[in-house]
Amino acid sequence: MNQVSSIPPELVIPSGAEPLLTVEHLTMRFGGLIAIDDVSFAAGKGEITAIIGPNGAGKTTLFNCITGFYTPTVGRLTLRARGESFLLERMDGFRIAQKAHVARTFQNIRLFSEMSVLENLIVAQHNELMKASGYTVTGLFGLGGYRKKEQEATDLASYWLDKVGLTPLADINAGNLPYGAQRRLEIARAMCIRPTILCLDEPAAGLNPTESHELNKLLNYIKEEHDIGLLLIEHDMSVVMEISDHVIVLDYGVKISDGTPLYVRSDANVIRAYLGEEETEELPPEIIEDISKDYDPDSIDSDKGGV
Amino acid sequence: MNENNNRLRGIDITALLKESAIAALVALGLTIVMLGLRTVDTTTGLGITTRWPLVVLAVVSVFVGRLLFALRREWKAGGQPVQRDRKKAEHRAAIIVQRFSTIGGPLFIAFALALPLLPFADRYVVDVATYVLIYVMLGWGLNIVVGLAGLLDLGYVAFYAVGAYSYALFAFYFDLSFWVCLPLAGLCAAGFGVLLGFPVLRLRGDYLAIVTLGFGEIIRVILLNWYSFTNGPDGISGIPRPTFFGLELKRTAAEGEQTFHQFFNLDYSTMHRLIFLYYLILILALFTNFFTLRIRKMPIGRAWEALREDEIACRSLGINPTNTKLTAFALGAMFAGFAGSFFATRQAFISPESFTFIESAVILAIVVLGGMGSQVGVAIAAVLLIGGTELFRGLEEYRMLAFGGLMVAIMVWRPRGLLAHREPTIKLHSGKAPPEEVIKAVTQGGMK
Repeated sequence: MNQVSSIPPELVIPSGAEPLLTVEHLTMRFGGLIAIDDVSFAAGKGEITAIIGPNGAGKTTLFNCITGFYTPTVGRLTLRARGESFLLERMDGFRIAQKAHVARTFQNIRLFSEMSVLENLIVAQHNELMKASGYTVTGLFGLGGYRKKEQEATDLASYWLDKVGLTPLADINAGNLPYGAQRRLEIARAMCIRPTILCLDEPAAGLNPTESHELNKLLNYIKEEHDIGLLLIEHDMSVVMEISDHVIVLDYGVKISDGTPLYVRSDANVIRAYLGEEETEELPPEIIEDISKDYDPDSIDSDKGGV
Repeated sequence: MNENNNRLRGIDITALLKESAIAALVALGLTIVMLGLRTVDTTTGLGITTRWPLVVLAVVSVFVGRLLFALRREWKAGGQPVQRDRKKAEHRAAIIVQRFSTIGGPLFIAFALALPLLPFADRYVVDVATYVLIYVMLGWGLNIVVGLAGLLDLGYVAFYAVGAYSYALFAFYFDLSFWVCLPLAGLCAAGFGVLLGFPVLRLRGDYLAIVTLGFGEIIRVILLNWYSFTNGPDGISGIPRPTFFGLELKRTAAEGEQTFHQFFNLDYSTMHRLIFLYYLILILALFTNFFTLRIRKMPIGRAWEALREDEIACRSLGINPTNTKLTAFALGAMFAGFAGSFFATRQAFISPESFTFIESAVILAIVVLGGMGSQVGVAIAAVLLIGGTELFRGLEEYRMLAFGGLMVAIMVWRPRGLLAHREPTIKLHSGKAPPEEVIKAVTQGGMK
């Protein structure tokens, strides 16, 4: 317990889980624009941590810093997993996925659309296969156990194909899949790099309620069976409130709230960010949830009519 | 009868006439200057004469032609608006292509192997076939860079030049033989590929094309101006011919050596050397082909294709984009280097004039017309474009017209290239594509 007391308050994980990713004083400036301003938080092992906030709050920028697409202006990003620790802000973009096994999906799906579904999942295991093929030299001549490794890669791919229900479509082009299936495939592809942490950028955007429900089940399955941390940007509050263990709220690049879903939902700061500067403390949380959903033009919710 | 007089079997004649009139108007605008006016030399200077009958002829023939074309189209549709089931047609085309690729490939190879032995194969035919095969090989080499890795390279001829000049210069300065120089030339070209690759790593699409175009010109200009080293515009002549396992293909051998015909007890014929060169380039080209087919199934090949599809997604999966791009540039350049040193040994003379931008454009046209990434398609396109232009040599200056017409025709009928069909490099189910019901059930179903 002594250890816990030494943790600065902004890095406390509500459930007391061991920290997997620690973000300290992260600031990202684009010229004069401060997209993220001194944000600190920690995401726990085996937990789903949701990052929410109004449009333009800096959620995707935060993701891009964690996954190496941007180099933060200030701050430290520490990932502790599998007995190693990585300082992500010091690593080259692709090495974060290669060495620290940070996987991500994208807000606008980025599949290899002219390649087959299976190939998408095999490409995700590039680094392991590259080693097995002796950096192509021995692989070209069929030496060095490349064939065996490729079979293992295919097995891992079929495992995830099975989990996302795409096994019968393994050989068609990824671009020919319907939207919902593409979202699932992108998650499966990210899982094929054997991640320590999976970062999902709006995985439920554009899904119908059934698909959204299936997604919740899949994310819970990943969390429980594979014991990795999930970091989630989401606008669909039904997804956030149902599955996340820990919620972080950003507004204009500043962290305004941090805690369990229940705590965040009733936090005055959050309500102000979503609904404006009025006195809104009296509103019951259900209504706030509904309005905040409607506030966002991206999320498609059909379980409740417009307000 | 039909109450509308302007309709015949449901075809709207007025609309057709209007369409044809517009086409005729365009033809008038074009021909009035190009055909109608002609400059002639007169005693006082340059004068202009007119040729109105030609203009009238052109306009009338365009009008009639367009009308017939439109009538045929409407007749076929039976007066209904034309509906093309594009997806179905594409699917059918894909199946044909797939079959053609599996049967056509071996057939092509068999034909290429037998060609010099066929009765009609005289000097000219074998020579043209050798020339075509150089372009097949260059097309296959460029296919790695453009078709697989998706890096638009407009300066590919630079590597061809590097290969040719490295053989010529190695032979000239160090007196090395073709067989020693061939791998050296490939290595040199690959080195230049990496050299070009580094500065263009961050570029994509149009910008990449512009820089590679510039690189191609830089190499040519250096070759042209470094007189003391490359002999500049005069070129390098007397490049040694390759030997057949140490046997020279000449009429008389040097002191203490044997020639090919002496060794095999044949009468001397210049055809021997031509056929030898033909088989040499055939082997080199087939090597390129098998290498590409094999490397497509390697992790690096898949990474190239993934890079073509989405570079950002590649980075998110831990693929090193720098190394992946550089290997594509280097390997593509290496095959151009091999082809270049073959070109040098075949011609026995090279000068910077052989490596102008138009060569890059032709090689790129072969890859694009053949269907990016399709090996058989590239071979067919090379035969059509290079063999075709040779065939139309009798047409003299209209040869380029035929070349252009062919390109336009292919792009109209097959906008994605002759054989644009991609087979997955690995399959989970060995059978055919799943039936429609399965696809529907899966896409509506969801996850386990």
